Amino acid sequence: MNRYYWILGAFAALVVLLGVGLGLNPRDVPSPLVGKPAPAFNLAVLASPDKTLSPKDMHDKVWLLNVWASWCVSCRQEHPLLVEFSKKGSVPLVGLNYKEVRGDGGFDVSKMAAGEEKKLAFERANKWLADHGDPYTLTVMDLDGRVGIDYGVYGVPETYVIDKGGVIRMKHTGPITPDVLGKKIMPLLAELDK
Amino acid sequence: MILRTLLFSVFFALAANLADAPSALASSATEAALAADPVAEKRLQALSEELRCLVCQNQTIADSNAELAQDLRHEVRTMIKDGKTDKEIVDFMVTRYGDFVLYRPPVKGITLLLWGGPIALMLLGFFVLQRYLRQRAKRVLDAEQPLSADEASRAEALFKEISQK
Repeated sequence: MNRYYWILGAFAALVVLLGVGLGLNPRDVPSPLVGKPAPAFNLAVLASPDKTLSPKDMHDKVWLLNVWASWCVSCRQEHPLLVEFSKKGSVPLVGLNYKEVRGDGGFDVSKMAAGEEKKLAFERANKWLADHGDPYTLTVMDLDGRVGIDYGVYGVPETYVIDKGGVIRMKHTGPITPDVLGKKIMPLLAELDK
Repeated sequence: MILRTLLFSVFFALAANLADAPSALASSATEAALAADPVAEKRLQALSEELRCLVCQNQTIADSNAELAQDLRHEVRTMIKDGKTDKEIVDFMVTRYGDFVLYRPPVKGITLLLWGGPIALMLLGFFVLQRYLRQRAKRVLDAEQPLSADEASRAEALFKEISQK
């Protein structure tokens, strides 16, 4: 009889182990960038294409960097939350538009004329923000996704919390949920903003 | 019989693996055609097979056709052209995507369970098996009791009956 309890116990332990495994998000890969300085970039600003923004310009500020694109379906899911967040105006929210044209399967950039991709990307990004609301302090355009690689972007949307010293303090992959915003991001922002 | 089935399944699994390999090469063949330098292309192929595509997590960036995998292959190719060593290229990936990007992550604190787990499980299995076999042997021995006088005479009678036939 004793032996059967032992087998039952082992089975229960296996069920718990697999249950926990199922509950984990395989996309939740810990980013090695947390605790490191935000990688440098110098990208054109959506609202004024002749101007550029670099993380250095955000020095002494706690800010959020949110990676998005108009073709990104899950971005729509988190967007209302970002719009609401921006109304509070607690910290700047910078949008990083990731491969606006190239990321969309319907386009072949190699067949486009010079400058055409840029024009199209700005048009599409502006239209999307006009349609869905613009929560961003400003948006920068990463046309070829090179900056995305530096930030280890692999699944849009992604959100980074960057502190006053320009160090990445948190990364969230996938759409932000009210839970993530309320329980993780907001407390961290409050702590960093002291 | 069971052993033979097992061997066959292992053999077929291996054969299937071998059969898969050329298709992986073919998927990037179109890209290979773009590059004139076969040595660089070989390095790209080798490196790409060590790196995980984070979008489709069970594929290497050599196998995957995801956007990101294409971008990363492009990135690796640029770095090879720039004369970067394999180590520099792998480090570039690890600083951005973490050890997870490596199909063979380094042995260190956090990956100890990953590397040691299978061996630990096997040892545990052997331990349990050995304990079980010992206990069973003991139970069998314990069950063997000498026959009582009554049983012995009955057995004797049966033997006689058989030998007379």
